[in-house]
Amino acid sequence: MAIAGGFIWLTVIGLLAHATRHERTPIDERVASRLIFWGGAAIPSLLLFLLLGYALWLMPGLRPFARAGEANGLRIEVTGEQFWWRVAYHPADGGVPILSANEIRLPVGERVEFLLKSTDVIHSFWIPALGGKMDMIPGRVNRLSLLATKPGTYRGPCAEYCGTSHALMTFTAVAMQPAAFREWLAVRANPSPGASLPGRDIFLRNGCGACHRVAGTQAEGGVGPDLSHMGSRGTIGAGVLTTDDEAVRSFIAHPHLIKPGSKMPDFNMLPQQDIAEIASWLKGLE
Amino acid sequence: MRIIPKEVETLWTLFTAPVIWAGHFLACYALAAIWCAKRGDLGFAVVQAGIVAMTLAALAMIVLSGWLAWRQWGFGTNDPPHDDPTATDRNLFQGFATLLLCGLSFVAVLYVALPLLFIDGCSS
Repeated sequence: MAIAGGFIWLTVIGLLAHATRHERTPIDERVASRLIFWGGAAIPSLLLFLLLGYALWLMPGLRPFARAGEANGLRIEVTGEQFWWRVAYHPADGGVPILSANEIRLPVGERVEFLLKSTDVIHSFWIPALGGKMDMIPGRVNRLSLLATKPGTYRGPCAEYCGTSHALMTFTAVAMQPAAFREWLAVRANPSPGASLPGRDIFLRNGCGACHRVAGTQAEGGVGPDLSHMGSRGTIGAGVLTTDDEAVRSFIAHPHLIKPGSKMPDFNMLPQQDIAEIASWLKGLE
Repeated sequence: MRIIPKEVETLWTLFTAPVIWAGHFLACYALAAIWCAKRGDLGFAVVQAGIVAMTLAALAMIVLSGWLAWRQWGFGTNDPPHDDPTATDRNLFQGFATLLLCGLSFVAVLYVALPLLFIDGCSS
């Protein structure tokens, strides 16, 4: 496409140069009319027809999921919420989806289909290093196909203003080698070994499980982000803070200071000791 | 005294071909969208056949309009520019302009129908 475009550009510029340098002798009117008809209308229309046909022919390759009824490979469902990202990995074999939040991992060299949804307002999903943005619209499922060619950690922002903490709504996309990715996903399919450690009881006693899910415990809430393997994520609060102890503690105590407009209430009334234990338990969920 | 002249000079024939193009465009996209939303018992082949039929009908109407315009222009016996302030020149100018718009609309209808060659159904 670029070669054809360049060729046409060079031809036009060449003709322009020729026209400006050519001796200024009038040419026959019939010849001129014919030149205008063929060079100005017929040939451009034909070239555009061919290029358009070529571009349309390429399209199915850019949208491989468009082939009706064909489930190919991994699908990742991402739901935009104020102000975080709900993530569910749907394996190719149609098994149980693996839940996560605010972090997306994908295999290098394999096309991944994203199913983009929203539960409240319009958000927009964007990993600039991998491709264009796509809106997440309540009541609709938008599809985006991305192919990571290099391993690495990429940032993704919410690209459509969605409320107070719009600017604090980001995620990390990690492109991994396919074997490492499959291993990572297999680990995520099971509860974290850290889930049975002592901090769990404080977490459950204070009602955190009403909103947050932690696999392997009674915490089954679906309102807030899934925390099953929170300790292995690089950030908390949808990319706002790193996962160090103090950050987790201050998020539990004052989510509104860190994330204005967040639905999570302050838990500052808990004893500092409890907050610290919950934080270190969450950090241990790897 | 006549308020309206006996032969009404009208500009409306000028827009015939673009209107056909617009109608064809709308009909093609509406047909495909409705079919994709309803998913009745009819196969996608019906949509394809419908669009092919609409395209052929639109092209035929544009060719007819073009032929009428060519006739109005005098089958090319008069060269432009038709810029004298006379009824004849206005007539010739309109014929020529209509003919050019017919050519444009013909190509545009083809471009609208082109994706059909590469589409084999709805995306979901």
